[in-house]
Amino acid sequence: MSKERVTPVRATSRAQLVMRRFRRHPLALIGGVILTFLILMAYVLPFFLPYRPEDLDPDYAQSLVGPNPLHWFGTDQIGHDLLAQSLSGLQKSLLIGFVAALVSTGIAATVGSIAGYFGGWSDRAITVVIEVLLVLPSFLIVAIISPAIQGTSFVLLALVIAAFNWMLTARVVRSLALSLRDREYVEAARYMGVKPFTIIRTHLLPNMASLLIVDATLNVSGAILAETGLSYFGFGIQPPDVSLGTLIAVGTSGPSLTSSPWLWAFPGVMLVLTVLSVNFIGDAMRDAIDANSSKGARR
Amino acid sequence: MLRRLGAKLALVFVATSLTYLLASITLNPAQVYLNQSQQLSESAIRSNLNTYNVNPETPLFERYWTWLSGVAHGNLGLIYQTQTPISEELLRRMGVSFRLLVVGTVLAVVLGVLVGVIGAIRQYKVDDYVSTIVAFVLLSTPVFLLANALKYGGDIANVGFGQVLFYSDGEYHTGPSAGLLERAQHLALPTLAIILGPAGIAYFSRYQRSAMLDVLGSDFLQTARAKGLTKWRAFFTHGLRVALIPMATFFAFTFGLLLVGASFTERIFNWNGMGQWAIDAINNSDVNAIAAIAGVVALLVMFSSFLADVLHAALDPRVRAAGKVAV
Repeated sequence: MSKERVTPVRATSRAQLVMRRFRRHPLALIGGVILTFLILMAYVLPFFLPYRPEDLDPDYAQSLVGPNPLHWFGTDQIGHDLLAQSLSGLQKSLLIGFVAALVSTGIAATVGSIAGYFGGWSDRAITVVIEVLLVLPSFLIVAIISPAIQGTSFVLLALVIAAFNWMLTARVVRSLALSLRDREYVEAARYMGVKPFTIIRTHLLPNMASLLIVDATLNVSGAILAETGLSYFGFGIQPPDVSLGTLIAVGTSGPSLTSSPWLWAFPGVMLVLTVLSVNFIGDAMRDAIDANSSKGARR
Repeated sequence: MLRRLGAKLALVFVATSLTYLLASITLNPAQVYLNQSQQLSESAIRSNLNTYNVNPETPLFERYWTWLSGVAHGNLGLIYQTQTPISEELLRRMGVSFRLLVVGTVLAVVLGVLVGVIGAIRQYKVDDYVSTIVAFVLLSTPVFLLANALKYGGDIANVGFGQVLFYSDGEYHTGPSAGLLERAQHLALPTLAIILGPAGIAYFSRYQRSAMLDVLGSDFLQTARAKGLTKWRAFFTHGLRVALIPMATFFAFTFGLLLVGASFTERIFNWNGMGQWAIDAINNSDVNAIAAIAGVVALLVMFSSFLADVLHAALDPRVRAAGKVAV
């Protein structure tokens, strides 16, 4: 083999590879575009609208007007612009979704890797707690807690949603940590006297990063669905605050379901698009990280 | 097997007790008396609260003990402010929920498995893409939106045909002896909401599809093809059974989701079942009813996971050979 024929090969790091596979994935593009659009709508559009969600003065002359050039989404019973309301609800739902997802994945990573790495009694205790919390649907538990947190900040609602949403991921993290614990480099670090929590931070968690990122993404949509569902029943966001869930609850109650469908259809479509775009991104990420998947690979 | 059953029953007990304690802390039954127009005397309120064992002046663990010894004698307490025994109401409500859920759930599982299998066999064909996208949209649609949209669609259909085809006002309106057609008209829309909802066809089909794809690449199917079976015959005689194994365990996890989804469907279509009751009980600060509902839900979830273990053993010869049930 002559020397001239060897072309220099640029090494591709795993992160670059995953990024490339992610960018090539059709769902990543669609989901990314929709989500960016929704975030811009929620946080930028309100500055250009003549109506503020805080304007609580009723305007009965404009009561229950259908969508028109002045009110794109129509108005509600007391003449509030529904677009402004929906955007305010979207802001809250997005924020709750992101906070709850980050916290819940964070709890899962911490608790799961502690159980898996240390084993022994801490593993047994954590496993029992997970088992107990998995018996009842978390929606029911959060609904029972909700009267105690009514009237407080909606961040607290996000935290409570997260507090009952980490168990399944923690189980997966635990079994991953169990298998990583016996790898040579972890044992080497242990014999070198590295502190356990440093090992977890520097050796265990980075090796699960892909799982955790996908989990956090899919938790965003799960948390948004949980929040809007709770708000729909009146267990979540309380008036005068609005969420997409409360808007749909008001819009579908009584005769307005059929007489003024814009009241629930617009917030509803917004909600579906939000959850759908996050799910698209999460699925594309999973495909990009999964080496066996052909989607997004070079064809 | 029996030891596992015992552990599951212990979990039910712990989860129900924790729910009772949690509900006792977060809910305030005494508040109900503050909003009444005619004020009762303080002693009357106190004796009322004692009747339902929800007096906040009694220490929490004393209340818990009273409740627990009642439960041990089969007495679940009374529904708050009505004097009706909870156990009676529980049976009635469970019947309503069962009649609402059974058709929809069976259809959702069967259709979901079917769609998933077809999707896996026809991977990357047009119909697979279409069913994937439809499943994505359905999974992203909260059931309260879906159910309301179906109600709206039913109303439009009724107006369009000039006669009432679909009802969305409860289980029946003439009485328990209502004819089959009337019952079907009342059942149609909520059943559709269950089939298309979060624990419905889209959910099962996605998992069945990926379980099936795992099986498709396996050696034993290649052997089956090599000995001359057609693609479809190889699937249905050899592949499907193996691909159903993960679904058995999976269904147990779905059970809780199914019940949560049902509470939305029941409320929107006005069926007075368990889900609707759970919501009302929280709104009425009915601690005893919540504990009873939680207990039943925990029992059902644990029973379905036990059933999943049994099914797993029945479908997977390796588990049977090992003599114990692995999760």
